[in-house]
Amino acid sequence: MQSIKELTAAPSGKLTQRLVFTLIWAAALLALVVLILIVGILLVRGLPSVNLEFLTGVPEDLGRSGGILPTILGTVILGVVSLVIATPIGIGAALYLTEYTTENRLTRIVRFGADSLSGVPSIVFGLFGFIFFVTYLRMGWSILAGGLTLALMVLPTIIRTTEEAVLTVPQAYRDIGYSLGATRWEMVTTTVLPNALPGIVTGVILSFGRAVSETAAVIFTAGTALNLPDSIFSPVRTMAVHFYILAVEGISLEKAYATGAVLIITVLLINVLSNFVITRVLAGRMKGAK
Amino acid sequence: MIRERSIAIILLAAALAAVFALVLISYFIFQAGLPTLIKIGLPGFIFNTVWEPTAKVPSFGILPMLIGSLWLTFGSLVIGVPLGLAVTIFMIDLAPAALAALMKPAIQLLAGIPSVVYGFIGLTFLAPLVRRLLGGPGLSVLTAAIILGIMILPTIISISGDAVRAVPRSLRDGALALGATRWQMISQVVLPAARSGIIASIILGMGRALGETMAVIMMVGNSLNIPISPLDSATTLTSNIGLEMAYASGAHRDALFATGVILFLLIMLLNSITTAFVRRGTSRRTA
Repeated sequence: MQSIKELTAAPSGKLTQRLVFTLIWAAALLALVVLILIVGILLVRGLPSVNLEFLTGVPEDLGRSGGILPTILGTVILGVVSLVIATPIGIGAALYLTEYTTENRLTRIVRFGADSLSGVPSIVFGLFGFIFFVTYLRMGWSILAGGLTLALMVLPTIIRTTEEAVLTVPQAYRDIGYSLGATRWEMVTTTVLPNALPGIVTGVILSFGRAVSETAAVIFTAGTALNLPDSIFSPVRTMAVHFYILAVEGISLEKAYATGAVLIITVLLINVLSNFVITRVLAGRMKGAK
Repeated sequence: MIRERSIAIILLAAALAAVFALVLISYFIFQAGLPTLIKIGLPGFIFNTVWEPTAKVPSFGILPMLIGSLWLTFGSLVIGVPLGLAVTIFMIDLAPAALAALMKPAIQLLAGIPSVVYGFIGLTFLAPLVRRLLGGPGLSVLTAAIILGIMILPTIISISGDAVRAVPRSLRDGALALGATRWQMISQVVLPAARSGIIASIILGMGRALGETMAVIMMVGNSLNIPISPLDSATTLTSNIGLEMAYASGAHRDALFATGVILFLLIMLLNSITTAFVRRGTSRRTA
């Protein structure tokens, strides 16, 4: 055992600390610099080519010229479809876990399922979506197949964020609901859900971000078609997939940078928005507590 | 009452959806990949170095990809773990309040950046740099491992951060009261106490690196040779599936699904280890 004397008397202790803390500072600043570099490179090299024409135009010659409107629409539609499917299921699952049962074998199984699902690599989701939705259920490369695949991918996020939000609702609120004669479901819909809503919204926004960023799962289920979709059975190409194809197939570096800049700005907006919801709600809670 | 009952049942069904999805995914991946695995035999699939899926006498050996995946996964950990732990310690113990407040959204943003963007930066920025400074083709294990190391930072930081924050204040105070320097307190008391969570964060980061596909395709050079040096090109289990699924058919496609089975098993193994560590960590804390 080290004696107190040893610890305090060792001048090397202070020296080591100086050295280690300097390294830690350097590491933290490095992480910030890397982030700024990534965002900066894309914005500086991409933004000059981004204009209204680019955002509202249709790609021509595989994307060598023209705009990216179909890929923007494809991204939004795919994100919305996946959330329309995943949000009710995810909220339902979270409500069951928090309001309708206590910790038992079943909740552990559900948690294990959700945790495992969130660890499954997107390429495996892509393989599954391709063989199940696209081939077995004959949906073809389509918004529906891509949306369903993405819905499975974001389900764990929605369950977890809803659960966290629901758990912050004070127990007293529930007791008041019950004391007024509400049934469990009435209590949940009038008390728990409204109070947990901001947290749930944050989870939904973050899940939309996942749909924006995803490539591997989307490319094998929603396809790569550059046409404007006319139904839920049409294939679409998302911005991220378009960006990937432009870069990897060497179609146009300029357009790749421009698409990447739009992609990064979208992700930035999603982050700002989700943080805004959280902080506004926290501020509201504080005011309410006073 | 009947209404309440049926609502409870619907919610239970929603809760089981995640489990059902996992079962469905496992079933269809195995159903598509297992026959090939059984026909070739696990050793024949894993230890064969020749991948010639479209040759007259096709050969399906995934050893080059397996080795590529191992290189990249461990390479990314070499970069990501020290950096991630340093940032974690920085955010919790060192950063001035204003900077700590800046770090949190920064790490969130790092997590939100699409993997294709990381791959693109590796392809257009880091690969030429590696080629110029160190030689080799540039699109290499090193390039991909550096970028993957950055990509797994948010995973490592958020999970290990939870663990470090959960270390009781009394332990910290106790160490300082004994005359430990702050670094001695962190390295000898806080980090050991948070060990389970830190290991869990590393394994989760490992899973993320192992599973990454599109970014890796963009950076690793996609060569079927077994990499000898970090400056060599390589291919991985995921990148090979991602690249060849687009045109594969028949036995070739089945072999890609068989690769998917191997990947799926590796990831599930890592997940189970993580769950075990997290459970051990929490049970010890409550005990």
